[in-house]
Amino acid sequence: MKIVAFHLMPYRPLDVEAAAKHRSTWVVLPNSFYDPVKGAEEYEAYIDFLVDSERLGFDAISVNEHHQTAYGMMPAPNLIASALIQRTKRVEIAVLGRALPLVNNPVNIAEEFAMLDNLSKGRIICGFVRGIGAEYHTSGVNPYFSHERFIEAHDLIVKAWTEIGPTSFEGKHFNIRYVNLWPRPYRQPHPPIWIPSQGSTETVLWASDPSRRYPFLVTFAAMSLVIRYLNNYRDQARKYGYEPEAGQFGWAAPIYVADTDERARDEAGRAIESLFTDFQRMTPEMLLPPGYMSAASMKSFVKARTALPGTGARPTVESLIESGTAIIGSPKTVLSKIEEVREKTGLGILAPLLQFGMLDDTLARRNMERFAADVMPHLQKP
Amino acid sequence: MSALQTTLRVNDVNVRVHRAGNGDPVLFLHGAAGVSAWLPFFDAVSKDAALIVPEHPGFDGSDDPEWIVNVPDLATFYLDFLEQQNLTNVNVIGTSLGGWIAAEMLIRDRTRVKSVTLLAPAGIRVLGMPCGDNFIWGPEEGVRNLFHDQSFADRLLANPLTEEQLDVRLKNLRTVSKLGWQPRWYNPDLEKWLHRIKVPALVVWGDADKVFPSAYSAAWMKRLPDARLRIIPDCGHLPHIEKSELVYSIISEFRSGLGR
Repeated sequence: MKIVAFHLMPYRPLDVEAAAKHRSTWVVLPNSFYDPVKGAEEYEAYIDFLVDSERLGFDAISVNEHHQTAYGMMPAPNLIASALIQRTKRVEIAVLGRALPLVNNPVNIAEEFAMLDNLSKGRIICGFVRGIGAEYHTSGVNPYFSHERFIEAHDLIVKAWTEIGPTSFEGKHFNIRYVNLWPRPYRQPHPPIWIPSQGSTETVLWASDPSRRYPFLVTFAAMSLVIRYLNNYRDQARKYGYEPEAGQFGWAAPIYVADTDERARDEAGRAIESLFTDFQRMTPEMLLPPGYMSAASMKSFVKARTALPGTGARPTVESLIESGTAIIGSPKTVLSKIEEVREKTGLGILAPLLQFGMLDDTLARRNMERFAADVMPHLQKP
Repeated sequence: MSALQTTLRVNDVNVRVHRAGNGDPVLFLHGAAGVSAWLPFFDAVSKDAALIVPEHPGFDGSDDPEWIVNVPDLATFYLDFLEQQNLTNVNVIGTSLGGWIAAEMLIRDRTRVKSVTLLAPAGIRVLGMPCGDNFIWGPEEGVRNLFHDQSFADRLLANPLTEEQLDVRLKNLRTVSKLGWQPRWYNPDLEKWLHRIKVPALVVWGDADKVFPSAYSAAWMKRLPDARLRIIPDCGHLPHIEKSELVYSIISEFRSGLGR
């Protein structure tokens, strides 16, 4: 199994109590809450943390993109990836992911990734996402066309990577007369593309297509849903007439390991709750602007609204452990849950989020070391 | 009085239409909420006119064709609608999104139109004066921000949506997003052509409009060649609902001044 140290880079100095007076931690939380001196320290600590994961034996390190929020300080994840490349030698660096529909010219994204692939001599992994609803409020891009723009941007980027230029792209949303990438990607035909997802049927259908077979990474969901979504992918691949490989099944989840279940819960409890409450807090209108998903999907969401983290009942560490949204416990407990998902899905990629919410550097580092020593070796062995 | 409901086929689109009354044709173009109810205002207008209230493509019970992607598409569709129904001397009334559609129609072709009434129309931007962000408002907040007199909102919010109403609401919201999200509620190519609306125009605005501030009316008045403005005191974004009788009398007076 490939183990990917995942990071969101939350702004921990957030005054949570004062922030709670605002509609959301996203989009409208005034940036006066951001102190650049403290923020700079956060970047430094997080980058050190990710760099250390190479020494501890992780296969890859990973960052992601969110805009105008205290939830994550990486509106430009490729900048962080570039810094990580300079300080690592072996690990792959996964950007999970870059939000394709938000840009006006996806060739820019193709160029950025091609540069990173060259700078790292072939260590970059390219996650492609639509971005959550809030990103459509902050970018102004019309969520109604999000899906179409995602597909078109993907086609354009792959074309830019794989076809000798100059060529051109004629789409509904993107029309680029000259597509002629300098530099071309280091890995041929192109760096790996992964699809982080909340499990939507449309994405399963598209990512598992025989012409793509993209690794499908279910992010932050209850374990039962992770299992269901990954099996949806497997079923769909079989319908397409092929047997998917382990490397096509991924899961990203907050993980915390300590000596005992109790100690793990005590140490991680406040921090994991802060991820799903203080940091993820947003209104349904921000999470799912109209048009972002089909009317049918939207309807089932409206009906199940209370079930969703950040919009309904306030999750507790107990409920997050119970549902398997967060994996928290002794090495044995954590390993057994991961093994359960592996047995039921053929999981081949695990992206543990080892620093989450308000978790401080000391505990985060202890967690990462513990995970690397007592859990990871069991998963990595062939 | 109640309306006769029919479905017309215009081009490849089935459009549900409500009709009532006899007389000169009045085309009412609804706003972002669709035709949610038969309004007292419709009864008043149809006393002496042939009122036609279509549900826009993408809304309510009408088709949602993929090729309609913006308000100019809708406007051009309605020009086809007028032509196909062979309507002439039409008095167009448009509210909010519907006012935007009316303006886009009239800069293209005014030959079948006798007058236009714009009720707090969307469609243009006024620099330094952003419109309210209906997309970030919650469902209750969104309803409350439409009215000055909150008893209108209270009545609307008192009844939870039925299954069918929820379906319609979600359909309408998707279309509203498609049409109004970016640029937010305006077409950068509309304002510069407003001088082509060379039919008598009436602009009506509530002085307490939280969606498009009433100061927007000045920008319309500056560009429309033959327009009169009425600001309605103590009134929100939907004057024809909140001040139904007053708005009807203003429109009657306007129309009676036009001659036959």
